[in-house]
Amino acid sequence: MAQTLKPGSGPLDYGNRTWLKILFAAIFFALYAPIFTLIAFSFNTDKRGVVWRGFTFDNYVKAWNNADLQEAMLNSLSIAFISTIIATILGSMVALVLWRFRFPMKAAYEGVMSLPIVIPEICMGVSLLLFFTNAGMMAWSVNFVWPFNLINIIIAHVAFCFPFVAIVVRSRLVGFNRQLEEASKDLGASEWQTFWNVIVPFMMPGLIAGALLAFTLSLDDFVITYFTSGPETVTFPVKVYSLVRRGVSPEINAASTALIVITVVATIIAMKLQAPDKSGKG
Amino acid sequence: MADAIVSLRNVTKTFPGGVKAVDNVSFDIAQNEFFALLGPSGCGKTTLLRMISGLETPTSGQIIIGGEDMALTPPNKRPTNMVFQSYAVFPHMTVAENVAYGLKVTGVPADETKRRVAEALEMVKLTHLAQRKPDQMSGGQRQRVALARALVKRPKVLLLDEPLSALDAKLRDEMRLELTRLQENVGITFIIVTHDQDEALSMASRIAVMDKGAVQQIATPSELYEQPTSRFIADFIGKVNLINAKVVSSSASKVVCDAKGLGRIELPHVGQAQGDIAIAVRPEKLKISEAQPKGASAIATEGKVRDVAYFGDTSHVVVRCKDDLELAVNVQNDKRAGGAGVERGQQVWIHWAPEDTLVLTE
Ligand SMILES: Nc1ncnc2c1ncn2[C@@H]1O[C@H](COP(=O)(O)OP(=O)(O)OP(=O)(O)O)[C@@H](O)[C@H]1O
Ligand SMILES: [Mg+2]
Repeated sequence: MAQTLKPGSGPLDYGNRTWLKILFAAIFFALYAPIFTLIAFSFNTDKRGVVWRGFTFDNYVKAWNNADLQEAMLNSLSIAFISTIIATILGSMVALVLWRFRFPMKAAYEGVMSLPIVIPEICMGVSLLLFFTNAGMMAWSVNFVWPFNLINIIIAHVAFCFPFVAIVVRSRLVGFNRQLEEASKDLGASEWQTFWNVIVPFMMPGLIAGALLAFTLSLDDFVITYFTSGPETVTFPVKVYSLVRRGVSPEINAASTALIVITVVATIIAMKLQAPDKSGKG
Repeated sequence: MADAIVSLRNVTKTFPGGVKAVDNVSFDIAQNEFFALLGPSGCGKTTLLRMISGLETPTSGQIIIGGEDMALTPPNKRPTNMVFQSYAVFPHMTVAENVAYGLKVTGVPADETKRRVAEALEMVKLTHLAQRKPDQMSGGQRQRVALARALVKRPKVLLLDEPLSALDAKLRDEMRLELTRLQENVGITFIIVTHDQDEALSMASRIAVMDKGAVQQIATPSELYEQPTSRFIADFIGKVNLINAKVVSSSASKVVCDAKGLGRIELPHVGQAQGDIAIAVRPEKLKISEAQPKGASAIATEGKVRDVAYFGDTSHVVVRCKDDLELAVNVQNDKRAGGAGVERGQQVWIHWAPEDTLVLTE
């Protein structure tokens, strides 16, 4: 062999090479430094939040007691919650249809279905705004009682979340052993019983992962929400945006940190559930 | 058959794409039979079994179970249960839940379910594992779960698709015995699919041999072994020496033919024979001797030992005779010393009784 490796380092032990380690560190720094700064400054005592003055939890208390932020957060959580439920049901139904049946133009349908994932958010926002305006929904949904006044945003969020659910659930279903379904029927179960007792339990990890994905996507969506929300409704990301324009405050840092924590935790759970496992091979 | 529990009438299955997996199959299976479907891979055994269970619909033909035509009966309404080739045990349920499933979905009361599940687990000796999940079990144990899950339903017919193929040799022998014992105890008709002839011969009361979607012969194990009706069956079941021959003359009870390497011989045979035929003789029916055998009745030929393979209880000897005829001979190693008693290269005589020979016209 022309090239000899250092003892104890295999060809794939890239971690052992100094320059690579430095590169890794640089990338991590560039990616995460802003986030860590944000988190660190959420504990800052300085009012204007530019210089580090001391450690405190006050910002969290203040953010928690801020009525505007509270309302925005409540809106965001409600939208995320409702659209997640709808998107999960819709997405898993789409996944089931695509997994189970053959029909003309299936490939085309599959492509169109995942379009909301690839088309730029701004286009989606504009098109949804046009749609709601032309349908007159922009005007009349304003008069609805909460949470129905959020209907535009919820519809918009369902539209861009459900393909993610469909894709996650679909990929889970690929690993399903069709003989389990046959075994269930052979043992006397109807289609419906088989669906609930055998297929749904198998789909469950994918379902939860898809739902968490939808939840995080909906919770921190800015662009589409900005276009489709009426003048009265404010969601958390939109509120933060409007506050930041008047200057960064430690309060916003604190609220954003809370959002980061929610999102990260949800994502970790989703990834854990999506990890391939051996169950279902029967 | 008067007391048939399963009757197939001209059952044919053609898959989209034109594969004729099952071709015009008709037979009856009696109550309490242990019936085996035997055949090489891809001959349509699984397809036939799936049609009986209702998981596949015949392209044409009739399937009658317990006197009723099953054409419009879905699998969940048929009095059959299946043990799948890959077991298909529900991974998210415990052993007990798996076994209880078929009773739960059909609305059997809870206390009866509990009792019957306990009974079924007892039967397959899995009581101590009732709370386990399938992924913590061995292949043999999972197979028994699948068996208990089907038996607990008390079907009229139990269908088993290669139930032993995933087990190692020792476990397979055990399960083979257990299945026969179980079948005697529960009094359910078993239909088992296998491509392993030993499995079929040792377990089944009757065997249907299939080839390319069609049934070639249905017979008891010993009939199948001693009275095969075609070259395919003779060759498929056990080992056989097939020798081509040409009929010289035939009468009601005898055939005179010229056989390759053997010359003109006379064989007992009932029925017509003409033209090219094959004669078949099993290796264990042949005898080896160093000197030419006395007595004119035996069929005899001389040859040179080409190969001796030692298997402990028997030795398999291959002898090359005239006209490039190769004969396989099984010799019982019934003495401790000497093995087969012949060596490679040795010149020997082979002889056997004409009545141990079969005349195959197909
Ligand atoms: N769903 C299907 N679609 C098309 N062809 C099929 C299908 N299922 C089976 N076949 C074909 O039908 C034939 C019989 O298949 P089958 O599974 O019944 O064989 P088998 O005797 O059970 O074989 P093995 O011993 O390998 O399990 C094969 O040629 C197979 O390719
Ligand atoms: Mg098969």
